[in-house]
Amino acid sequence: MTIPGPFILDQIFLVVFPYVSVIIFVLVSIRRYRREAFTFTSLSSQFLENQNHFWGLVPFHFGIITVLLGHLVGFLVPRELLAWNSHPIRLYILEGSALIAALLTLVGLTSILLRRLTDPKVRAVTSRADWVVLGSFVVQILSGLYVAVYHSWGSSWFAALAAPYLWSLVTLQPDISPVASLPWMVKVHMTSAWLMIAFAPFTRLVHILVVPNPYLWRKAQVVRWYTKWALRRGSA
Amino acid sequence: MNVRSQISMVFHLDKCIGCHTCSIACKNIWTDRKGTEYMWWNNVETKPGTGFPTAWEDQQKYRGGWELQDGKLRLRSTSKAKTITNIFHNPSMPSMDDYYEPWTYTYGDLFNAPEGADQPVARPISQVTGEYINIEAGPNWDDDLGGSPVYAESDPNLKNLTPDQREQLFAVERLVFFYFPRICNHCLNPSCVASCPSGALYKRGEDGIVLIDQKRCRGWRACVAACPYKKSFYNWSTGKSEKCVLCYPRLETGQAPACFHSCVGRIRYLGVLLYDADRIEEVAASPTDQLVDAHRSLVLNPRDPAVIAAALANGIHESVIESAQSSPVYKFVKEWKLALPPHIEFRTLPMLYYVPPMSPVMAHRDETTVGGVSEEFFHDIEDSRVPLQFLANLFGAGHQGKVLYALKKQKAIRTYRRAVTVGDIPMDVATAMLREADCSPEEAEAVYNLTSLCTFEERFVIPPMHREEAIEMMRDPLEHKGSTGFGFMESPRRGL
Repeated sequence: MTIPGPFILDQIFLVVFPYVSVIIFVLVSIRRYRREAFTFTSLSSQFLENQNHFWGLVPFHFGIITVLLGHLVGFLVPRELLAWNSHPIRLYILEGSALIAALLTLVGLTSILLRRLTDPKVRAVTSRADWVVLGSFVVQILSGLYVAVYHSWGSSWFAALAAPYLWSLVTLQPDISPVASLPWMVKVHMTSAWLMIAFAPFTRLVHILVVPNPYLWRKAQVVRWYTKWALRRGSA
Repeated sequence: MNVRSQISMVFHLDKCIGCHTCSIACKNIWTDRKGTEYMWWNNVETKPGTGFPTAWEDQQKYRGGWELQDGKLRLRSTSKAKTITNIFHNPSMPSMDDYYEPWTYTYGDLFNAPEGADQPVARPISQVTGEYINIEAGPNWDDDLGGSPVYAESDPNLKNLTPDQREQLFAVERLVFFYFPRICNHCLNPSCVASCPSGALYKRGEDGIVLIDQKRCRGWRACVAACPYKKSFYNWSTGKSEKCVLCYPRLETGQAPACFHSCVGRIRYLGVLLYDADRIEEVAASPTDQLVDAHRSLVLNPRDPAVIAAALANGIHESVIESAQSSPVYKFVKEWKLALPPHIEFRTLPMLYYVPPMSPVMAHRDETTVGGVSEEFFHDIEDSRVPLQFLANLFGAGHQGKVLYALKKQKAIRTYRRAVTVGDIPMDVATAMLREADCSPEEAEAVYNLTSLCTFEERFVIPPMHREEAIEMMRDPLEHKGSTGFGFMESPRRGL
């Protein structure tokens, strides 16, 4: 028996994983929403512990949302990103803000972990799935920070290498050649990202799917008419 | 005129004996589950006192309800923009410490403890962590502690009382308190509904009951912060918020809600009010001193042909209009003007009204004894043991007029009935008092009847809810049979 070469591993982690993960994510999310809509909640523990909650949840969320938006920009408009980065000053500004956001996430994640470990009430509502989620965030954020520090100007090479790879997945013509030669820590970062997408629908991460957008434009008061609703349903 | 119907309530505080039977009836039916142990959808507070959660009336601290900014209503706790920034951590959210940590006892130790010199003891353990705890507070921690410097003196309603009035309230031998039972007010302008980022809270169009859609609630906690009465609770186990449902499955089958049904003092009344939904916003933004009147003016006369026509045009069933015509709530609120909304200055337009309590007002202290009869008609109301300002802070947005009116009328009716039954007061004095209190002998009799002799059917005039008709349009009634309640048969399991 031969140990599979790096090429095979790359194929598994960077081609098989993404497709399997996304399929699991979509199917399980839909099934869970249809059969267990009740379990779609943020599972907030602010009620049980209100002080450290602020120092964990606020930096974490603002940090991670900024970081994810950064990835999204690199994926959606790689050319424009590269054009922006062509001036060193603008590159430094972008990389600097990204690093700050990542550190913010790390600070938030650390206090979330400490809070979950030390507060007895919060620990009482912490499930095994919560630890998996937090553990994978640790891997993801530490590997991301390592890459940002030791393999610098990620915003540029993400746009140049990772974006084509991701688009090749989207267009169902998987091609890992752009990312095949990237350092192993980058591959760890990518692989664990695909894994997170796979188990997200089994965890509290589903609250991302139900972020409240209608609030911004709905009327203040909500009235439900059972009879009118029934009439509508009855005639349909 | 946009006529809608609302199931409304009156609590007659003069009759409340503080037995907490209502709270227990509610707890046994609705909140005897994991995550809800600390919730009391119905609770009874001692006033003066800090209530549940501690000092809930202090909106400097809790930031519930609405406030007027440049003539416009704004939520104190949130806004559309603030929802985006505060969704991760709600700065106005109370924590379990503001309520209490629920506990039980290690009853097993009473049976299983090894034989020894001491009696076995059941020690308290937290129902959240399962660890031993030192009990520091409970749901009704200041019960009957009317004069206590720790609890009663922290009552937010004492804010604008003079030092003399405060002293009067806490003087030894003059100590006084009354009970203040509370449930969700099922407001016309509910701040909980307006604050929900997910739109999970809603007011039922047909009967005005305010509910939380358990399938759409995402645990963003905005309603808990926004309700000035703190009657929306966060279930820490399921990650969903819950609140008083006014026992709608009971109402839909013609039964009074459990807390009403079980009320020993028969203080609770329930009936339909018709109101003009087009004026809600305008009324809720009235100047503070006009709020009580404006709120009352929303309620429409169910015998007025124009109102009836508008109600029918709006799809309100004839049987509901008939029910509104015999509503005890309409009499207390609109005809007799005895019942007043609690803390109307929160501007949510609560539809639960209170008849302010007479008992602590009536008695006054002579040199050494507490007496009940006064030479002047109403002198002892203004001079009462509970300063009128305290009641005004609770039921009149700080303005004494409406409270004084209700108390005078109650006192006149008492005097009149005493003249009728005991006869030691001349009838001309009694009728003069009635006149001064804006009350006719017929009205006095009617108030007396509905206060003292009221039957079950007179207290609870429950409209037919016609849910069966609505359901028949959708599905086979036989198939739907047995599926009242939360409306879905999925177990309320905590998500991972």
